[in-house]
Amino acid sequence: MARAVSLRRRTIATAAAWLIGFLIFFPILWTIITSFKTELEAFSTPPKFLFFEWTTENYGIVQERSNYLRFVSNSLILSIGSTLVALLFAIPAAWAMAFAPGKRTKDLLMWMLSTKMMPPVGALIPVYLIFRDMGLLDSRGGLIAVLFLLNLPIIVWMLYTYFKEIPPEILEAARMDGASLWKELVYVLAPMAVPGIASTLLLNIILAWNEAFWTLNLTTSAAAPLTAFIASYSSPEGLFWAKLSAASTMAIAPILVLGWFAQKQLVRGLTFGAVK
Amino acid sequence: MGTIVLKDVQKRFGDVTIIPNANLAIKNGEFVVFVGPSGCGKSTLLRLIAGLEDVSGGEIIIDGSDAAQLPPAKRGLSMVFQSYALYPHMSVRNNIAFGLKMAGMPKPEIEAKVAKAAQTLNLTDYLDRKPRQLSGGQRQRVAIGRAIVRQPKAFLFDEPLSNLDAALRVQMRLEIMQLHQTLGATMIYVTHDQVEAMTMADRIVVLNKGNVEQVGSPLELYNNPDSLFVAGFIGSPKMNFVSGEVAGQYQAQTIGVRPEHIALSSQSGAWEGTIALAEHLGADTFLHIDTKVGGRLTVRAAGEYDQGPGAKIWLTPEKNRIHRFDQNGRAIKNAA
Repeated sequence: MARAVSLRRRTIATAAAWLIGFLIFFPILWTIITSFKTELEAFSTPPKFLFFEWTTENYGIVQERSNYLRFVSNSLILSIGSTLVALLFAIPAAWAMAFAPGKRTKDLLMWMLSTKMMPPVGALIPVYLIFRDMGLLDSRGGLIAVLFLLNLPIIVWMLYTYFKEIPPEILEAARMDGASLWKELVYVLAPMAVPGIASTLLLNIILAWNEAFWTLNLTTSAAAPLTAFIASYSSPEGLFWAKLSAASTMAIAPILVLGWFAQKQLVRGLTFGAVK
Repeated sequence: MGTIVLKDVQKRFGDVTIIPNANLAIKNGEFVVFVGPSGCGKSTLLRLIAGLEDVSGGEIIIDGSDAAQLPPAKRGLSMVFQSYALYPHMSVRNNIAFGLKMAGMPKPEIEAKVAKAAQTLNLTDYLDRKPRQLSGGQRQRVAIGRAIVRQPKAFLFDEPLSNLDAALRVQMRLEIMQLHQTLGATMIYVTHDQVEAMTMADRIVVLNKGNVEQVGSPLELYNNPDSLFVAGFIGSPKMNFVSGEVAGQYQAQTIGVRPEHIALSSQSGAWEGTIALAEHLGADTFLHIDTKVGGRLTVRAAGEYDQGPGAKIWLTPEKNRIHRFDQNGRAIKNAA
């Protein structure tokens, strides 16, 4: 620590950090707690925090009603598939932008990012019509294409910032050493960029996993991922808070576990390479 | 073999011309130094030879055939970078072996060559370390090892010693010179440091704004500079320049005299002056003297000089060591 910080200030700062952290985490905690309540207790006033009859019956009912594993496998296929396809395009693109930039590279990067600023609903109808006419509705392939294009700008940006940190002379040295373009990518660039590629991969799997707008609008059952699984508990027959919470908990559990193990990489990914 | 000939080599970045037109012939086994101030195009010229930049025009003839359009890997040259550019994720052993692996050499042969290079460069004990575990000098040795192991036609050095501290720089300078003697290979060495150029080169190429100002052996450049630029750049401390009436006496626009070619006297001489500053180096004393004829001049006096600041002093330049320049800054050669 560069500056001496008084104990009092440190205590206050620590308390504030815990409070903010708790506030952010609270909705998730509440969802998990609610998932163990009965439907009646779930919306009782005043709300019951810990002292209620804990039950796992919601999980049983959710299991019976819908095929959780099918949704999980769809979520896995969509998030991992779209991220891998995106990496396939993004690595060469980011390589070219970082090591052989042209006059318009910066503009191109900004333009790519700007596509993320448009509200997706603006493109829904054309995309829906294209999907309908091409028979892609409720297909995994179609959704992978959408998710891959959706996250491609962010993936290129992240990889670009990582690649920028690699001194170009090292790649030049490889070229002098007789490495072909392919070998330069495989033996020199990729190993040095592994942490960057890994955090990009993780962050984008999570982004694709949580993506709800397109997955809900373009699927019905066959390709429906966990987002659709959760949404199915908000049905015309009414809201079932406890079961909805159980479904949500089941939906976020895998990604929560992944996030926990990959914390370090994720922080690096979220800061876009700003922290070394 | 390693002859390199540049024919009308040009380099432009968009509208900016870096190298207008360069011609140069480098003989096999020669140690050639490109020297000049920063931005003079010396590194660009080296990168053009390496193939890391594409020429805008002209030919780069390596061993008799034009290589200007070949990728770096096909030119058979090795390069040592200022920043070392070692592969950070590989051990020293793999750093040195990388080029041989790329060439598809069989493993036992690679092992033997790496071992030999490591021995030459005193790296045997460090072969299993990663570059980040080495000191600056050791890293530079690894970079050199990576270059020599491939037995290239020629070595290219891009300011390899700039990142080292002064003591290590002198030591590495000697090691590179020793290496040149042992290998007998062609070496092209880029530096902005004229001391490195003078001490290491067989021939020096002085570059200014992308143009080859003069090519010659260190002493040729020292004794017979073609221009004010070369005269001012080669030699330390810098040559003194005097313009005006005094220069007119020598039928020149400007005359130049090196600090070591001026005699001092406390009684009489050609130019009168007052000592302003004295730098004592032990073996030499550099006196900075304010004169009426040419402002502040630097004079090198052998040993310890007993006069200090404020003392009146007379300066006499050695007649046959005066360099004369015309209004364009070109040298006026003495009629032989």
